[in-house]
Amino acid sequence: MAATGALGASIPKHRPSSEQLLRTAVLPWFVVLVLAVLAQIVLQPLLGEYGAKVARQAGIFIIAAVSLNVVNGFTGQFSMGHAGFMAVGGYVAAFTTYYGSMVLYGSADKLAYPVVAGVTLPLTTGHLLMLAGIALGGCVAAVLGLLVGLPSLRLRGDYLAIVTLGFGEIVRVLLELSGPQMFTAAEVKDATVKQWLSFPVGGSLGFSGIPTYADAFWVFLLAAGTCLIAYRIKQSSSGRAFLSIREDEIAARAMGINLTAYKVRAFVFAAFFGGVAGGLLVHSGVPSQPSIAGFQASFEIIIMVVLGGLGSISGAVLAAIILSVLPEMLRNLAEFRLILYALLLIVMMLVRPKGLFGVREVWELGRGGGSGGGGGGSVSGGGGR
Amino acid sequence: MSDFLQILIAAVAVGSTYALLALGYTLVYGVLKFINFAHSDVFVLGAWTSFTASMFVTQRMNVDPAHAPWWVGLCVLLAAISVASTVAYCIERFAYRPLRKSPRLNVLITAIGVSLLLQNVGQLTGPAVVRETPTTVTKAAADLTPAERASETTKINGEQAQVQVQGKPLATLPFGSSPRSMPVLLPDAVLNETTAATGVMDGGSRRGMVKLDKPVTLEEGRTYSLQTERLDASGKPTGERETLGVASPAGTYEKGTDIRTQPARNAKDVQGAAYTLTIAPEVPIRLLDVLIVVSALVLMAGLEILVYRTKLGTAMRAISYNVETAQLMGINVNLVISFTFVLGAALAAAAGFLYPMKYPGLNQPAHQIWVLLGLKAFVAAVVGGIGNIRGAVLGGFLIALVEMFGAFYISTKLSDVFVFAILIFVLLVRPSGILGTTVREKV
Repeated sequence: MAATGALGASIPKHRPSSEQLLRTAVLPWFVVLVLAVLAQIVLQPLLGEYGAKVARQAGIFIIAAVSLNVVNGFTGQFSMGHAGFMAVGGYVAAFTTYYGSMVLYGSADKLAYPVVAGVTLPLTTGHLLMLAGIALGGCVAAVLGLLVGLPSLRLRGDYLAIVTLGFGEIVRVLLELSGPQMFTAAEVKDATVKQWLSFPVGGSLGFSGIPTYADAFWVFLLAAGTCLIAYRIKQSSSGRAFLSIREDEIAARAMGINLTAYKVRAFVFAAFFGGVAGGLLVHSGVPSQPSIAGFQASFEIIIMVVLGGLGSISGAVLAAIILSVLPEMLRNLAEFRLILYALLLIVMMLVRPKGLFGVREVWELGRGGGSGGGGGGSVSGGGGR
Repeated sequence: MSDFLQILIAAVAVGSTYALLALGYTLVYGVLKFINFAHSDVFVLGAWTSFTASMFVTQRMNVDPAHAPWWVGLCVLLAAISVASTVAYCIERFAYRPLRKSPRLNVLITAIGVSLLLQNVGQLTGPAVVRETPTTVTKAAADLTPAERASETTKINGEQAQVQVQGKPLATLPFGSSPRSMPVLLPDAVLNETTAATGVMDGGSRRGMVKLDKPVTLEEGRTYSLQTERLDASGKPTGERETLGVASPAGTYEKGTDIRTQPARNAKDVQGAAYTLTIAPEVPIRLLDVLIVVSALVLMAGLEILVYRTKLGTAMRAISYNVETAQLMGINVNLVISFTFVLGAALAAAAGFLYPMKYPGLNQPAHQIWVLLGLKAFVAAVVGGIGNIRGAVLGGFLIALVEMFGAFYISTKLSDVFVFAILIFVLLVRPSGILGTTVREKV
């Protein structure tokens, strides 16, 4: 579509050179890939078994926090049911991998990792099954996000908070009502349609025996990928629309922004990646229980977003890392941990209401004085326009 | 039909506590325009303070909590209200007031922070306020620990020593991390039961038989019971009560005929005890339920008068309408907002006192059941029209009805799902709630 200017003079269509294309479209993804490979190679020897597990956990929470940041940070809406979307994505992914493995390989044990030239690769058909499950889980979560978001996003922000909080609880209750898990391949083979329809994921006992395919490579590939996508969105026209909604809904509407459409877009995006994070979580050896959908889990992700800065991707990443590592260090202060979190939230809102970095990224901190003019002013001008 | 009526009564009793809670949400939303997420925690604070206070008072008075005089309940209620009001004032003053000019999202996050703080501070196990009565243990004097030897309560008689062991904590500060059972302080009785026979179990040839004072019809498939209470030598009741079954077959029994009781496990326990045979109605109306509903209604009526008939209420409504203009009219905004906040907290504390009278199981403060209760009350406020006082009351009863009937006729586990389904339905059909009015936001 060749654009025409207001006076009819044709404006040459902007075509990026191949060098530009390489720099903006290929290079970042290459960096993501390198990061993921590095994580797979370095983490285990550097941090030990336990440290690597915490690191993977942190990676998963990065996805959760960054995706929630799109709604709570960029768009200024307040979702309190992120854990609900994570649980939906997680259970769908776990269902796919577990029963898929049962049907395809006869058991839900992990497949042997192939060794190529002395290097163990975290890539088997089981991993592909997990990826398919995660994608499916993300999609189901996104559809639910659309269903929940459409009615509540038409209204004022507070309603979204309550509806999403309720959504998380509903997910928890429904998961508790799910059918009993099938443990052997023979059981799976003879299962009736009714049994499948009851969504056999173990009810309140939890879903166990999910193969732990979420290796560091996959976790950090998806985590870095999510960050990249979120960053790109922030720099795009959609991102600017999000930020303008957050700053002033009435002004944004006056500028021709369809409030509901953009809010729903942000919400569905967050739900999808929340589902992805949940998918990774259930494959990382964490026990899958309905309580992962509860609001306490949602609150933890909210705290990450608020701490890092509402709207700052690097802030969310940093906060996710801090809040995944901190509890491990505060093990013996277990009951004081949440008190500490609560005080952190209150003091943060009183002293630095925009979070550690506000809407800016870590590398933008030195630039400009304050975040004058709200969100728009402080986002560095990316893109070619 | 009897199931239906019984559920209706329970729903009205629970609904009145939901309504009290919903009023708190609505009041705060009216003046501050944000959801006070810490409201349900103030409710929990009220419930647990009631528990601690009732344990404390009844132990000091040396009475069984179940038979405490009526004014103990009133004292406990006042204690709960004053503690919750003080805490709520501090929350408003130190957490919300500094943020009054900041975006609503920040206040919401602060509210969540306050809620988490209250929950988790309440979970800590501090020193015990009330303990069970100490017990004395006999020990060999040689085995005494230095602390026991130094203690004044330890009595050493030669080789034997009497050591006083502290009783188990009954209530701790702040509230502790284990569930407790709330003593029912309000009087309870079935109001519409009929007393068919009274007398003294005499034994002898008519052992286990009770002569009727009134004609009685025993229906098939229902259970009847006989209350006995032991008398001492002078004929005064001792408080030792026993419940016996009724063994006579169904049918109509004339006045003066006998009814056979189910023999008690140890029949001589009821020998010589006073008895009353009461015929429970099909749909019992309990005094407790009536008291809960009446107290809630009295509070609601008081609120209605306060908001619509007093100067303070007018100031509250003015602030709700427009803060700046209200300030120009000479209203002390800070004072009125603080007052509204404390008022909401007092209603929540009253609900916190009344609710465990109906359901005595008190879960630890951070238990999700409390948050769910708070959520339901919030849903009630939204369904009725947030910011509208009558709407909150209507919503409270409506949500309780849906929850109770849904739980009975469809599924117990899904009852919470129905509540949220209603919320989404109302948001879709009438976003401002049943009695709410839409206010257009202006630049």
